[in-house]
Amino acid sequence: MKRKLLAASSVACLMLCGAAFAADLTVGFSQIGSESGWRAAETTVTQQQAKERGIDLKFADAQQKQENQIKAVRGFIAQGVDAILIAPVVATGWDEVLTEAKDAEIPVILLDRQIDAPEDLYLTAVTSDQVYEGKVAGEWLVKEIGDQACKVVELQGTTGSSPAINRKKGFEEAIAAKSNITIARSQTGDFTRTKGKEVMESFIKAENGGKDICAVYAHNDDMAVGAIQAIKEAGLKPGTDIKVVSIDAVPDIFLAMAEGEANATVELTPNMAGPAFDVLEKFKADGTVPPKWIQTESKLFTQADDPKGVYESKKDLGY
Amino acid sequence: MIRARHLPFLATVLIFVLAYALCVLQFPNMLSFRVLGNLLTDNAFLGIAAVGMTFVILSGGIDLSMGSVIAFTSVLVAVLVRAGVHPALAFALALMVSTGFGALMGLTIHALKMPAFVVTLAGMFLARGAAFLLSTDSVPISHDFIKLLKGLFIRLPDKGKLSFLAILMLLAFVIGVILAHRTRFGANVYAIGGSEQSAELMGVPLRKTMVQLYAFSGFMAGLAGLAYTLYTSAGYSLATVGVELDAIAAVVVGGTLLTGGSGLVLGTLFGVLIQGLIQTYIVFDGTLSSWWTKIVIGLLLFAFIVLQRLILLVSERRAAIRSAAGG
Repeated sequence: MKRKLLAASSVACLMLCGAAFAADLTVGFSQIGSESGWRAAETTVTQQQAKERGIDLKFADAQQKQENQIKAVRGFIAQGVDAILIAPVVATGWDEVLTEAKDAEIPVILLDRQIDAPEDLYLTAVTSDQVYEGKVAGEWLVKEIGDQACKVVELQGTTGSSPAINRKKGFEEAIAAKSNITIARSQTGDFTRTKGKEVMESFIKAENGGKDICAVYAHNDDMAVGAIQAIKEAGLKPGTDIKVVSIDAVPDIFLAMAEGEANATVELTPNMAGPAFDVLEKFKADGTVPPKWIQTESKLFTQADDPKGVYESKKDLGY
Repeated sequence: MIRARHLPFLATVLIFVLAYALCVLQFPNMLSFRVLGNLLTDNAFLGIAAVGMTFVILSGGIDLSMGSVIAFTSVLVAVLVRAGVHPALAFALALMVSTGFGALMGLTIHALKMPAFVVTLAGMFLARGAAFLLSTDSVPISHDFIKLLKGLFIRLPDKGKLSFLAILMLLAFVIGVILAHRTRFGANVYAIGGSEQSAELMGVPLRKTMVQLYAFSGFMAGLAGLAYTLYTSAGYSLATVGVELDAIAAVVVGGTLLTGGSGLVLGTLFGVLIQGLIQTYIVFDGTLSSWWTKIVIGLLLFAFIVLQRLILLVSERRAAIRSAAGG
């Protein structure tokens, strides 16, 4: 009986001590920079998440330079932080500094991107699955269209970039079984609004003034917003005459959805830090080792999901 | 006796010591061999480039091609090693290319009587473009020889390391100091920086010195490129954009006169360390925007330019008084 009590109390202490320890974690975060709205939102959300959990977040913006990231990580190690988050600017060149972190017994969690380094050098990587994002978009279209014949035009991301390749692949997989849905045209819009608009204009010209196009699939929302412009200028109704589906879920696409001009978007969540902090707190409390890859949710938003409300909640994140 | 022209150097050292003391006051962790070792390792490629830049600025010139040459060298080495060339050979080749490139720029500057600014600007675009031509991706390097170099270090107390890169940078500074103060080449560079016409009248071989000077700067840029390659174990054509400007800032904050003729190579080391210190402080603080590095460096640069101007004015006035008294 006495032993049981002792064991119970030590377990209780362990849990309590763990909780108390989690409360004053210091975490260093080496961010790439603020090159895009999404990146800025990721920073804001990370800071919010840290604040909610009472984590002391040390933030370092690398201004797109790997040397600054390495310096920051070394600085975090020298300071003796409890964990380090890195959103790596490139995949290479991390072995040495991560080994230093490992020697100092500081767990490292990668956010948003993977690296070319041995897996034992980091605790886990929290990223989205880009192929899956494309798949979710494709599956939405399959469901939306049913058995009608449908010619899709595709606005690709920057040629050769991994999101462009993967989002294309996922979408193709989703529609592969449906012979009524075909990708009629596919070109790069470079992830930008202006290029998205230009390319959509040429698609419309090539496809009988846009009358033959049933849907446009854009690899990101910015190109979709450009495409919506082009569709409107051609005298057609985006969202009804030509369906618009894209990926990222930036605030502007929700405005378009509220107007009925866009149909669906798949969210690339800026909240990579939330899952990272979850596993970190568990790891610190009782040593639970997470899987090497944590996939973030790729949530589908349609016009039925209160686009106005989502816009309001997203607009102040820094997008 | 402290000479007026050494004042900027002393000011730099004083600023560094004071700033470090202030940092330590706030974050006692910063006073460790680990942080000092990191400071040297993390800024090694900048320091090496800055040695070359010091000479160029001492001569009254400028080398804007440095950042691009660093990137080009690192990509060249990475591509060569990927193709199966031994890293040591790749290093030698890369250094030859960068030195030759520098010499060519020096020759152009002299032969065409063009400002160094324009010629090295062209060099900057050329080198960056060539780097992209070799590879647009980041090319990782993995070779036992590279691992061996990266594994070399001298252990310092409390988990500090004086890494191979740090030693390489310190060595570059030693060579720089010897070249500047103990050789004919160094004396010629100072003379050209003081006044090109007087230097020529005194018999300084302008053409030879210019070629040597920019070849040296190209060599140092190449060496910085090798340091960067070791640092990141990769060659990346988009890397080190604007490093030449950081190097110029380090040189000026280190007490070298931007118009040439006066300054100490050792001052540049402290200029580099001050930049590194600000970055370290920002990481330790963890709430400041990293752009404060640029703001503080900007303010320091401005302060030093004013300081140098004042010293120049005062010494000119003294000279005037002396000559008036003598005449």
